[in-house]
Amino acid sequence: MAQKIKFYQTGTLTVGNRLLDAENRSVQSTIDRSNSLTSGHRACQGCGEALGARYVVDTAMREADKKLIAVNATGCLEVFSTPYPESSWQVAWMHSLFGNAPAVATGVVAALRAKGRDDIKVLAQGGDGGTVDIGFGCLSGMFERNDDVLYVCYDNEAYMNTGVQRSGQTPPAARTATTPTSGGSKGNVFGQGKNAPQIAMAHDIPYVATATVADLHDLENKVTKAMGIKGARYIHVNVPCPLGWGSQPCDTVRLARLAAETGLFPLFEAEHGAVTDVTKIRRRVPVEEYLRPQRRFAHLFKPKPDVKALAAIQEIADRNIRKYGLLV
Amino acid sequence: MLKQMEGSHAVAEAIALCRPEVICAYPITPQTHIVERLSELVQQGEIGNCQYINVESEFAAMSVAIGASAAGARAYTATSSQGLLFMTEAVYNASGLGLPIVMTIGNRAIGAPINIWNDHSDSMALRDAGWIQLYAETNQDAIDLHIQAFRLAEQLSVPVMVCEDGFILTHAYERVDMPDLNQVQAYLPPFEPVQILDPADPVTIGAMVGPEAFAEVRYLSHHKHLQAVEVIPQLASEFAKIFGRDSGGLIQPYRSDDAETVIVALGSVVGTIRDVVDDMREDGVSIGAVKVISFRPFPMLALRAALENAKRVIVVEKAFADGLGGIAVNSVRMALRGLTTPIYTIIAGLGGRPITKDSLLRAFGEATRDELDDPHFLDLNWTVIDHELARAKEKRRSGPIAENVLRDLGLVGGKPV
Repeated sequence: MAQKIKFYQTGTLTVGNRLLDAENRSVQSTIDRSNSLTSGHRACQGCGEALGARYVVDTAMREADKKLIAVNATGCLEVFSTPYPESSWQVAWMHSLFGNAPAVATGVVAALRAKGRDDIKVLAQGGDGGTVDIGFGCLSGMFERNDDVLYVCYDNEAYMNTGVQRSGQTPPAARTATTPTSGGSKGNVFGQGKNAPQIAMAHDIPYVATATVADLHDLENKVTKAMGIKGARYIHVNVPCPLGWGSQPCDTVRLARLAAETGLFPLFEAEHGAVTDVTKIRRRVPVEEYLRPQRRFAHLFKPKPDVKALAAIQEIADRNIRKYGLLV
Repeated sequence: MLKQMEGSHAVAEAIALCRPEVICAYPITPQTHIVERLSELVQQGEIGNCQYINVESEFAAMSVAIGASAAGARAYTATSSQGLLFMTEAVYNASGLGLPIVMTIGNRAIGAPINIWNDHSDSMALRDAGWIQLYAETNQDAIDLHIQAFRLAEQLSVPVMVCEDGFILTHAYERVDMPDLNQVQAYLPPFEPVQILDPADPVTIGAMVGPEAFAEVRYLSHHKHLQAVEVIPQLASEFAKIFGRDSGGLIQPYRSDDAETVIVALGSVVGTIRDVVDDMREDGVSIGAVKVISFRPFPMLALRAALENAKRVIVVEKAFADGLGGIAVNSVRMALRGLTTPIYTIIAGLGGRPITKDSLLRAFGEATRDELDDPHFLDLNWTVIDHELARAKEKRRSGPIAENVLRDLGLVGGKPV
């Protein structure tokens, strides 16, 4: 008789669904998943956002017993899924504008409350530009009122839909169409960053989490947890973008994993403004290993390594590791 | 019931009678008293299960209304001036999505220079945003037009702005006849959306439409406005049956049937114009007026019928296009196309400047003698203008214009720089 493998022994990196107990298997592995973002949409090969959204919305649908309304900001996810007259959404879904998804979701919640429909849940989603730049006012308002919305930001670290321009989530040194590396420029500035999950936490909302598309069990678990909580909830998902990052489509999941394992994208959960759990880094990786496969960072290695910039990025990772206590 | 009350409070009570389900509120002068009163009425449980959402901007206010309306709720908000401009993107979105939101505009000038007083620059800036625009002359009008607005919006699935002059109406205490709930409920059936976000019957709302269908979608919006031209008078006559009062409709003529000179205007200034018409009639001048209630859709045929026998038309308006002249006048010209009737424009009341009977009398008199310049800026202080132009010509950095003007007018100390 084969020895039973326990989930915690290996983590989600090695355990396939077929080795897990039925209750631990992913929503995606079940035949009754709602397939809310169905096939045939126009996302690029290797799109991290499409992968993340599929897991998020199906999990939310399961938790809401399919009584879900989704509101979408303008962006890749909206454009690739709804070229009229086609739609990939098998869920009540609405797109209004780039910067107003949180407010539209608030309106949906208000309408449902006015009608006494507390059985229907509301999910809002957008990319990093729609969420953290142009939609930030509406997002903050939604948090501050503690409206009963789960907002999911799919962060691919630039305005990909319009052709890879810098956003408030673009990391330092990254090359984008508006932070070029030509003529001796060194890509995006080393600013102070804009830590959206921390700003969400500063609103003391009941639940904030970060996740990646490398650990989809973890993403599903966080969505499940968030769906069980009332009030404003925020999940910030790292979703690599082969087009914008200059990476291979087959490397999307690997890069998402490296983002976490370097410490550049810390994985944690927070409730009412306090961190309650972090995902420890099992195998610490130097940032170079994450940066090298991405053409947006190519100038850091050629013609010769930019030692100063690499050290500065490593320092960001190290600071995250210290701040969140990410080492085992 | 007859009541003596502030215009804003009258509108708030009329809105409450319409039983909105979601109200989104963001303060801006001069509409603020409307949403303040509504917040009290919601708190007191006077509007059933209505949800009152305090938002962080006008852009959010319209966005919350969009979400609420798409989820099947009767949604309302109010704004003015900069607030309307700040929500512009969402204003277009609401009409594009065919969401029957009703919004009050407490008409106010647009800065810079910042100015909280009344003119029509705000709603005129968004005249072509796909919303129906109704203009109130009195606070009674404002009450009645809001009740009709919900019915019209929901019947055609098109959003409606009810525009009322800031301060002149919003802050004026007047006697109004407040309808009772039974009357309003007899007139305004529950909201039956044509499309709704419903998990039991999921639809995609707000898909991306390319060149293959965009023109058709836009034409259908145009078609709704053409339908509204038919529906608005019907709703006014139904309103009269239930409420016993003539209110609404596309236009309202006043002593214009046989008039050689006909004034066209929108909003509260029509009251003053009526008085001037009466005075001039007493002096034997053949003059009348037509109030435009529905500016969008523009009542082409009705207005043409009202104006086609006039020898001249004078449009009095509280907004203008830099370098061009009037705005409303262009729609009037469109209604009279093919005719050779001279049309004058009087730009008046900008930034809250009082429009007096004396000034109108003088300008109308000049027009009837065909001596009026066009466009004519009513009561413009040419001395101030000439001084400022001369200063600017003399010196590139000639100082802050507003301050120079105030000095010229003797309103602040010292001589102009």
